[in-house]
Amino acid sequence: MARLIRMDQTGHTTLAEWTAGDAAATEDAVAAFRAQLDAGYYAVVSTGEGHADQVGELPMDAELVILRRPIAGG
Amino acid sequence: MSTARVLPETAAVYWRPRLDAARLRRRGRGWTLSTLAHTIPFLATAALLMALEPLSFPVAAIAVVHAWGIPALYANRGANVVRPRPRADCGPERTALGLLGDLLGHEARELHARTGLAPERGRLGVWLVGEAGALLVRPGGRRVDCWCVKVDGDLPSADRTAHLLLALREDEEGFATVANLAFSGAVWRLRRRLPPAMRPALQTARACA
Repeated sequence: MARLIRMDQTGHTTLAEWTAGDAAATEDAVAAFRAQLDAGYYAVVSTGEGHADQVGELPMDAELVILRRPIAGG
Repeated sequence: MSTARVLPETAAVYWRPRLDAARLRRRGRGWTLSTLAHTIPFLATAALLMALEPLSFPVAAIAVVHAWGIPALYANRGANVVRPRPRADCGPERTALGLLGDLLGHEARELHARTGLAPERGRLGVWLVGEAGALLVRPGGRRVDCWCVKVDGDLPSADRTAHLLLALREDEEGFATVANLAFSGAVWRLRRRLPPAMRPALQTARACA
């Protein structure tokens, strides 16, 4: 089962879970994904050790999509 | 590390040229020159005072202390970027640590557990990612750059580290462009200023760089 999680003050929150054949769950996941992007989060998919890709659309084949906040120079 | 996409945060610092290995070397040389410019005048003053009048020893000693102290203050500023911040409650911290652990390999996870710094090999060198900054040990292991970079909001410390780690993995050069350089200099200079628990991470990064 694929998951969309957001890093937040609780550690992380699972916003959606979906499987390839479940249209309703997928639709909910896409809606949650877009809402978080609109709220200013960036979505990242870890693609192996040392690699990560930012995504603008929910990748249906990803196992885990992580939402992070923007970083800035301190 | 992926360079397919540019870190979006670089748009907020559009006036900064994108950092690459050559620019990083130039900035390092600039830091070395600046350190010399702070140090040499004080040492020269001390030498001149002693040559002119040995009884001026106390004033010469003060000049030498300045020559030693100014670079030490810069190194301390560099070490501050990875100093641990106050921890969140145990529950969120544990949850965040689980996610961070999933992002790290076995050895990196073990090093993070011991030192609080997550190692990450990049093209620019070996990074040690903390919760409010990162150290970059350059190839050869002699020079280290200390980068101050943060994520806003009330987050567990492991989540802060995970934020920085993911951004670094997305776009290493973009990450270094967004971050503020707090110190660049010899590894030994920084090592003395780091909390003792973090020193093994620097040693490991130096060996890998």
